[in-house]
Amino acid sequence: MTQGVQVAGLYVRDQEEALQFYVGKLGFRVHTDAKNGDYRWLTVQHPEQPSFQLGLYTPGPPILDAATAQTLREIVAKGAMPPLVLEVDDCRAAYDRMRGKGVEFTQEPVTRYGSTDANFRDPSGNGWKMIEARKVVS
Amino acid sequence: MSGSQDPELLRRLLRAKDRMDAASHEEWPVERLARVSLVSEAHFARSFRDAFGLPPHRYLLTRRIERAKSLLRDTDVSITDIAFQTGWKSLGTFGRTFRDITGESPGDLRARERAAQHALEQVPHCFVSAAHRPDLNIAVSEKRRQEAGDINVPTKKEVP
Repeated sequence: MTQGVQVAGLYVRDQEEALQFYVGKLGFRVHTDAKNGDYRWLTVQHPEQPSFQLGLYTPGPPILDAATAQTLREIVAKGAMPPLVLEVDDCRAAYDRMRGKGVEFTQEPVTRYGSTDANFRDPSGNGWKMIEARKVVS
Repeated sequence: MSGSQDPELLRRLLRAKDRMDAASHEEWPVERLARVSLVSEAHFARSFRDAFGLPPHRYLLTRRIERAKSLLRDTDVSITDIAFQTGWKSLGTFGRTFRDITGESPGDLRARERAAQHALEQVPHCFVSAAHRPDLNIAVSEKRRQEAGDINVPTKKEVP
């Protein structure tokens, strides 16, 4: 595929902390980590999804003024950013593995209508729903 | 309106909110929530309201009603069982609070939802559920009084 969404980003409170979380605990890989002065362009990838990058950005100068950055930090910390969904093959196994690494789960795996899901947050407050899709019987 | 709040504090307040979300049927007195957020009780109640726009006990109420609506809609669990499963101590309180907040009785809601068709299967469950969360922007006692249109009704203190 040559067309489609290439990067979508999250605001995080600390890029180093986010890197440890997404790579160290979730098993993502670093795609790009480019620093220029105070600015750092950091994207990670799911190992099974090479066409998509998840950007991990801190709100602040030179892109944003201090007051806007503060507002965004508050919004992230309140968990008010849009929902994120991670699809997995085995929700309970992923839950056990991630929990063992210290991921903060806000909902244990629940099975309803044939699919299983759990919720977790990154250290900044971004909320993820982890879904094991219903197996399609053909 | 609230001014700026410390993001570190907000992250801890979010943890208390998450805990209510995960177990809205449990009792969540302020001291328990304050412990989760690592702040004093007085500080907690005010900070939570500033952060999320409503007091913690009222937030809990919205989650209980949301969950009750979900159970009414999606399961065959009896209304009595739903009342106890969602954290109420009596069926009467549940029915009255539910009607005050949603404008219909649990039984009426169930019947109406059953009759309606839903095209929401592609949306993850929690987002569908959240869309049905009541927007409880005033106290239940206040809502009751407004609807009764009677200024002489005594105001009862709000209890989750």
